[in-house]
Amino acid sequence: MASDSDGDEDFVSYGTPLEPLEEDEPRKKPVPLHEQTVKDEKGRFQRFHGAFTGGFSAGYYNTVGSKEGWAPATFVSSRQQKAEKQLARPEDFMDDEDLGEHGIAPAQITTSQEFSSSRRDEAREKARAVNAQAALIPGDTLLEELIAPARSSIGVELLRKMGWKEGQGVGPRVKRKARRQQTGVGARVYSSTMPPAGSEDSEDDDDDDFAPEDVTFAPKDVTPVDFSPRSGVRGLGYRGLDPGMALLGRAAPEHIDLFKPQSETRSRLFGAAQRGSRRGGGVAGQAFGVGALEDEDEDVYHKDSMSRYDTELGGEEPGDGLYGWTAPQQYTKRRDKSKDASYLGKILEGFTLTQRAGEEKTIFPPPTLPRDYRPVHRFHLTSVSVSRLSGVSPALAEALRTSRGHMVKEDPQQGGRHQLDSGQRRALLGEDVLQGPSSVMELLKPEDRDRLLNLRNSSNATDSRHATSSGGSTAGSTAGTMAGSMAENAARSSAVSLAVTSAVAMARSMAGSMAGSSSVSSALSGAASSSGLHQQQQEALASWRGVQSSTQSFKPFEKNPSKQARYELYLDHLRQGDRDAVEQSLDSGMTEWERSREREEFVRASILYRPSSSSLTARFTSAKHDEDDGDTVEVSRDQEGDVDDKQAAVKMKMFGKLTRETFEWHPDKLLCKRFNVPDPFPGSGLVGMPKVKRDKFSVFNFLTVTESRETTAPPKPPETGKRSRWDISDQKKKIKEEEEGDASLPACSSSEQQTADGTKSVDQKSSDKKSNGDEEEEEDEEESRPPMDLFKAIFASSSDEKSSSSEGESEEEEKTKEDEGKVEPQALNLFNISSSVTSSSTSVTVSTCANQQTVKAPVSSRTSSQEEFGPKLPPPSAALGECSTSRPPPSEERPDNKRSREKKHKNKKQHKHKKDKKKKKHKKHKHKAKQQKKSKTEASDSSEDEEDGHVSTEELLKRLKSVQSRETW
Amino acid sequence: MARAADGNYLLSCGSDKSLKLWSVSRGTLLKTYSGHGYEVLDADGSYDNGQICSCSSDKTVILWDVATGQVARKLRGHAGKVNCVQFNEEGTVILSGSIDGTVRCWDTRSRRFEAIQVLDEATDGVSSLKVAQHELLTGSVDGRVRRYDLRMGQLHVDFISSPITCVCFSQDGQCTLSSSLDSAVRLLDKSTGEMLGEYTGHKMKGYKLDCCLSSKDTHVLSCSEDGHVYCWDLVEGSLTLKLPVGKAVVQSLSFHPTETCLLTAMEGRVQVWGAEPEETDEVVLAT
Repeated sequence: MASDSDGDEDFVSYGTPLEPLEEDEPRKKPVPLHEQTVKDEKGRFQRFHGAFTGGFSAGYYNTVGSKEGWAPATFVSSRQQKAEKQLARPEDFMDDEDLGEHGIAPAQITTSQEFSSSRRDEAREKARAVNAQAALIPGDTLLEELIAPARSSIGVELLRKMGWKEGQGVGPRVKRKARRQQTGVGARVYSSTMPPAGSEDSEDDDDDDFAPEDVTFAPKDVTPVDFSPRSGVRGLGYRGLDPGMALLGRAAPEHIDLFKPQSETRSRLFGAAQRGSRRGGGVAGQAFGVGALEDEDEDVYHKDSMSRYDTELGGEEPGDGLYGWTAPQQYTKRRDKSKDASYLGKILEGFTLTQRAGEEKTIFPPPTLPRDYRPVHRFHLTSVSVSRLSGVSPALAEALRTSRGHMVKEDPQQGGRHQLDSGQRRALLGEDVLQGPSSVMELLKPEDRDRLLNLRNSSNATDSRHATSSGGSTAGSTAGTMAGSMAENAARSSAVSLAVTSAVAMARSMAGSMAGSSSVSSALSGAASSSGLHQQQQEALASWRGVQSSTQSFKPFEKNPSKQARYELYLDHLRQGDRDAVEQSLDSGMTEWERSREREEFVRASILYRPSSSSLTARFTSAKHDEDDGDTVEVSRDQEGDVDDKQAAVKMKMFGKLTRETFEWHPDKLLCKRFNVPDPFPGSGLVGMPKVKRDKFSVFNFLTVTESRETTAPPKPPETGKRSRWDISDQKKKIKEEEEGDASLPACSSSEQQTADGTKSVDQKSSDKKSNGDEEEEEDEEESRPPMDLFKAIFASSSDEKSSSSEGESEEEEKTKEDEGKVEPQALNLFNISSSVTSSSTSVTVSTCANQQTVKAPVSSRTSSQEEFGPKLPPPSAALGECSTSRPPPSEERPDNKRSREKKHKNKKQHKHKKDKKKKKHKKHKHKAKQQKKSKTEASDSSEDEEDGHVSTEELLKRLKSVQSRETW
Repeated sequence: MARAADGNYLLSCGSDKSLKLWSVSRGTLLKTYSGHGYEVLDADGSYDNGQICSCSSDKTVILWDVATGQVARKLRGHAGKVNCVQFNEEGTVILSGSIDGTVRCWDTRSRRFEAIQVLDEATDGVSSLKVAQHELLTGSVDGRVRRYDLRMGQLHVDFISSPITCVCFSQDGQCTLSSSLDSAVRLLDKSTGEMLGEYTGHKMKGYKLDCCLSSKDTHVLSCSEDGHVYCWDLVEGSLTLKLPVGKAVVQSLSFHPTETCLLTAMEGRVQVWGAEPEETDEVVLAT
């Protein structure tokens, strides 16, 4: 098809087309990666070498030559061709790869970057020329200079259009003088401006003398710094072989200036005056050593010092050539002025004296006060408005009124519009009333509002009094307006709440009739005398109003029943919010004097004993309960079981399952880390024993307390196979007896059972109830016996050593106790708690199984009391007997005098304590009559348990029998 | 009140508010550490002898630097007297038991001033406390021996009924020894809580007196209020030695960790008892 063939011609095909698949040909194996090679047109492998090694391979596998190796060209006689080939060009040695697009001498014509730029920039050329001097091969830019592109950049074109000529600088034209200055400085910095050296300078000098004022010059052209990139791997500041140095023997410049390298060379290049050469030639540079012919060798190794470097960019302010228009104004012009002011002292560098003197501040003296000036200002509101009104003609005022009614007041007495409040303005404008609370007062509680208003009214009253007293002398018209405003004021306040009656009355009277000043003053004096009482009345009213009558109100006049009745009547009136409660409640039959006195008393009393609801509730916030916190309490999830079973087990020395309890316990994460132990409960944020929430007042929280009472017979502990030899020793028989006894005495050592579960108060309450019930059910003694907590609570020997001291009444005792507390060794103090507990329980003789001393006669009871107070003496053993009391307590460092003192106190205390005990006994006698006996027997049981049979078994049996005969278990 | 920090040194603390470090072999006073406000009740040395911790009835626990004698840290937090104090094995945690019924674990590594954890399971004052590896043994006046197992996350409570004065681990870590105010020392199996032995005969009714096991777990020793140290054979349970120390109460005792060497403290005197010759070195406290 024609279209097809046309298309074929147009297309450019890349790559090699795939071979057409033949049907019956077996499928080719895919070519492995290493065999997928690229070949060039000559069939040579083209392998990519990487960017740094030259790209594609050259030659035969990167070697010279061919597959056969390097073959020298066959000799061809050139006898005939001598004339033809005179000069060998580089192209003769190049192959077509070199001449190709990517070769070293591409034969195709391309535009390179270098020729596209504007080469007509002479300054740049100059710079390049200068730079070329520093290059190793001087003058290699020559070629570039010769070849010039035809076009120049648009910027140059524009500048030319604007009148710029080549060789000129860019910028506004300057006067001759300024220019000369510029060039001077510029020459200092860049000594590279192309100077027709002598000529222009001299010209400048000439110009200076007779430069016409109106002739301006173009600014000097600036040679841009040629930021040629660094080539090579040498460091900053390295200079290779200095051609000038090498040839002329010039010394190296002392200062290495990075921004004007080889300035000397340049100046030399441009024909600057040569300095005296030190050396006569030779090659020198950092790369070269000292020649054999040279006599100086101090410069062999380049010594560098930081002082030869510039430490800041442009450290030397050029101060010259305005780089365009944006250059800052020079300050050097004004230097002469600073010279003038040099007598002032040294002026900071960079600062100059200002030319213009600053504006002088004129201070005006304050006006002298007139002699009769009083620093009090009174605003005559109405007089101002009146005067303003009087200033305008009535016609004008009328016109204003009709046109802009709100501007001129209808009522001149109300003053300007700024005296209006928002409500009045709203009324004038005819706006609607805003919804919501109109004032802060409405947000307050009624009683608070009342109190505030009372305060305000009272102050108003005094104000008005003040105003009237002064206003009496003023003109009648002003007095009238004032009275009107006051009336309004009073009316407003009374509308909101009750006002001070007298003040209101006064205001009304003034508003109504404008009475004579004498009558007003008399009324005022009356009001002033009673205003204090009225204020109090209001206060009382505010605090009492709305309070529900309570039965527990304080009765201040109890001795006088009729007066008290009147007072209560007054309070009733107050509660109802009656304003003149006092007057109504007072007895009319009494004299005026009595009445007034009683009035004062009542008011004062009512304020003094005002209900807390008003005075206190404002200051306290009621406790807030979270919903879930309301009636639950956090209780340890796993509670230790009841003690009785364990106690029994301990009695039988059945340690093991019965006495062992295991709980889940969460150690802190950090603690585990410190102990090098993995966290047993990773991920649980719980620490300690897991807690659960329970009903705060649930009976079950305190179940163990009741259980201890109600358990009748603990289950007989099973005989464990692993009984230790002590259990089956010769005491077997005794153990059996104990088992019987223990079964019947479950809670005998409840003294040890602390208030583990409930709070103490709760315990006490419950036990109080129990003790109440005791009297009724004396028959069942075991059940009715109050728990230990009761006695602990009563006799305050709970868990603090101080509580034991509280038993001693006198302060002196306490003091000594404290003294001893400091001195006594810890070993003694530690167990004071428990021992005091036991001793107190001994004193009331209730179930102190643990306290074996009760059985033992008075001596032991004394020892128990000894234990209770202060540092314990070493308890007298049976062997030591009496000497134990005289033996000093085992505190190591107690001085002797203290010992004796202490002993004295102890005796005293013992005495006292016994008295206490007697009292207590007396108190508790009712309940204890029977229990005493029983507990004694119990005590004997337990004492026997623990003391390994100081009491013989026979005696025990006897006691047991006697108990059992009387009591039902 | 004595305690061997290790075999060579002993720490004595007393009501003179100071802590004294003695050399056991020479019987000389090495250093005095003062800084407590009230009597010092217990002390312990770290495993590397670099630090000492002590507790006092001023409710504080103080960590001392041994060499300089300076207070490294003063740990406040207990609500009452601190009865016992102990380092853990690596000296990273100080454990202190107080009369307020809590055991507090203090971190010595960080600058934290609060305890890492407060163990408030005891319902009465904690009288004694021992640490072994990952276990913490506390004896309380509420008559219970509590063993906190950090590895298992368990708390084992053994009810003894009488206020505990001292608890100990046996050297093999299988048993616990606890002495209580009913004048008995009991050896309990650690894992089951069964009683393996009960040792009586001495007198311990009102004081917080120490008990301990010998270095080879062959004997049980306990202080007594009658001025003797009682020594029982562990297996037999029979009294093998009644060592008369003095007339007053033997307040504290401590056995040498490797040798047969016993320390006793009584009335401002710490005595070192050797085994072979019947000799007693005596160190008299100058208080």
